[in-house]
Amino acid sequence: MGSQKNTVPFAGTKEQEAALLKVIADHKDDKGALMPILQKAQDIYGYLPIEVQSIISNEMNVPLEKVYGIVTFYSQFSLNPKGKFKVSVCLGTACYVKGSGDIFNKLQENLGIGDGDCTADGKFSLESCRCIGACGLAPVLTVNEDVYGKLTVDDIDGILAKYK
Amino acid sequence: METFNIKINGMPVQAPKGSTILEAARLAHIDIPTLCFLKEINEIGACRICVVEVKGARSLVASCVYPVAEGMEIWTNTPKVLNSRKKTLELILSDHDRKCLSCVQSGKCELQKLCSDLKVDNELLYEGERTHYDVDTSAAHMYRDNNKCILCRRCSAVCAATQGIGVIGANERGFGTNISCAFEMPLAETSCVSCGQCIAVCPTGALAEKDFTDDVFAAITDPDKYVIVQTAPAVRAALGEAFGLPIGTNVQGKMVSALRRLGFDKVFDTDFSADLTIMEEATELLDRINNGGALPLITSCSPGWIKYCEHYYPDMLDNLSSCKSPQQMFGAITKTFYAEKMGIDPNKIVMVSVMPCTAKKFEIGRDDQNAAGVPDVDISITTRELARMIERVGLNFLSLPDEDFDDPLGRSTGAAVIFGATGGVMEAALRTAVEVLTGKELPNPDFLEVRGTNGIKEATYHVAGMDINVAVASGLSNARELLDKVKSGEANYHFIEIMGCPGGCVNGGGQPRVPASFRNFNDIRSLRAKALYNQDAEMPLRKSHENPSIKLLYDEYLGKPGSHKAHEILHTTYVKRSINKF
Repeated sequence: MGSQKNTVPFAGTKEQEAALLKVIADHKDDKGALMPILQKAQDIYGYLPIEVQSIISNEMNVPLEKVYGIVTFYSQFSLNPKGKFKVSVCLGTACYVKGSGDIFNKLQENLGIGDGDCTADGKFSLESCRCIGACGLAPVLTVNEDVYGKLTVDDIDGILAKYK
Repeated sequence: METFNIKINGMPVQAPKGSTILEAARLAHIDIPTLCFLKEINEIGACRICVVEVKGARSLVASCVYPVAEGMEIWTNTPKVLNSRKKTLELILSDHDRKCLSCVQSGKCELQKLCSDLKVDNELLYEGERTHYDVDTSAAHMYRDNNKCILCRRCSAVCAATQGIGVIGANERGFGTNISCAFEMPLAETSCVSCGQCIAVCPTGALAEKDFTDDVFAAITDPDKYVIVQTAPAVRAALGEAFGLPIGTNVQGKMVSALRRLGFDKVFDTDFSADLTIMEEATELLDRINNGGALPLITSCSPGWIKYCEHYYPDMLDNLSSCKSPQQMFGAITKTFYAEKMGIDPNKIVMVSVMPCTAKKFEIGRDDQNAAGVPDVDISITTRELARMIERVGLNFLSLPDEDFDDPLGRSTGAAVIFGATGGVMEAALRTAVEVLTGKELPNPDFLEVRGTNGIKEATYHVAGMDINVAVASGLSNARELLDKVKSGEANYHFIEIMGCPGGCVNGGGQPRVPASFRNFNDIRSLRAKALYNQDAEMPLRKSHENPSIKLLYDEYLGKPGSHKAHEILHTTYVKRSINKF
């Protein structure tokens, strides 16, 4: 995961903030509340920029660094916004030996973005992930909830075309 | 006390219930090596240096956190144990910047000592991928070089747990794990208060104060400069450690002697301005009590505490004493009163302070700290830096004669020397305030209720028909606890002393580093404090208002405590800061 400050301007709405504050209020006194709050915050905003993490830090009365340490530890959290279509390529062991590295490179080339980035039009984001539990279909990629398996590099253009 | 019968390396040992294997082994005269473990601060059993074999256990166990049980059989020195520790060190070294010769911690590094003790004989064993980090030099007081970090997490634990700040911590995971601030922000942009406790507990050279010794040497050798040094009370209680003396040895005389031989034009004592602080602060307290000012009045000697208050309690700035800290008062008086008296241009004076503190490096650059139109203090160095200067010029510290501070700004009382320990400022202020209020001499100047290393101390004194409620806190987590009680109305005090570091300045972030192997079994705060209380008890003058140089200063220059002139020179202002605002 890229840990650099996100450069896409924050465009959170009042509604999103109200939803986040409600989530925090609901969980505030729970033990280990940070994880579910962060998960729901990511559902609300799609990612966890400094503005969102600061709200959580202030409301929960925990240091921002503690929040950030958790966000950067778990690969499920993202500091960067996701595209309308989230392309995720498994680089876990089984997929990797079946050539997912080449597929990932092809996607970077085709979309013109790197791991963890989003295209300028906000349409596609690309990320590598580890095992998604579909090793029988290796190599595997997902676009949002759609799963594509037993891929070759030549399949990529066709898959992306469906979403353009 | 309930004890368990256990065996360590075949020898029977009776260990108290609840003790760890590490503690039990001490009873059997065995020092199990540790690295990440810092008692009550970082008990995470992560580094695996302290592993031992336990009969029946499926693998080696971390002795620092593993409790003993009846009948337990432990081996601390089998080949399996020793090889495991050595392998752990070799793996740490595989991603460690091994520039030991030029490292600030060379000779004092806990990792270096472990490698020597455990016979690591090839630091180049694993030449694999290495991480590379930029050094964070953003803060006024310190730098962080993650290339030397071993991820023990002592620093982040002391920052979060002891100080309640938590601006540094572990980010990322696996090989990318690194200690840094949220969003890789430079330390200077966070709510770091500069206390330096992270440096004090770092086992390697990853964290260190910014070293200004070259600047001091340059000033001393500049013929156009008049270089004056002041030394804080706590420095004399710890400097000797750098030269092998036991913790708690008072080396005031040798310290003065060394400073004179280093070439300072005058060797003065911050204790003088500690007495001056009491004159101003006690006056301020009585004024606020009599005239309905903001209470409780809270001390302002500790710049780490001040910055903490500005970040975390910006609504309580009115409660802070407007007195500059003793360091700054000293500089201000030197460049006004002393400069005028001696006919020296303040622009030619270089005021150097030797402090047990890293936050003092931040403090000298604050606004409104320039009574003579130039900075009150020019260079602030830590006790560690002074030790380095002494080593560098080859002074044989242990054989130096004991010498006295120069007059008149080297004179002080017992009230001033105890400033270096938690509760000391409170006690010093009480000695003066009580005599002013009652108009009678105190039969016994000891206020034992505010002494000791408890994080929070409270007392009520009945003086001249009124009850004065006081509280003392050291360490910023304790400060937070105390202030929250004040804000909620649960507690009602007239006067509070707060020191940023646990135990006060004797345990400041600029003091000689004490390895965890000692810290885990000894209270360095009370050992060093004892040196100061002993000195106080032996001094002929023990109350700030009895200091003849203080009387001279007010008679000749300031008028009386709290005068307009005193306010111009000795008092300052604070700024509201925030947390998480970028």
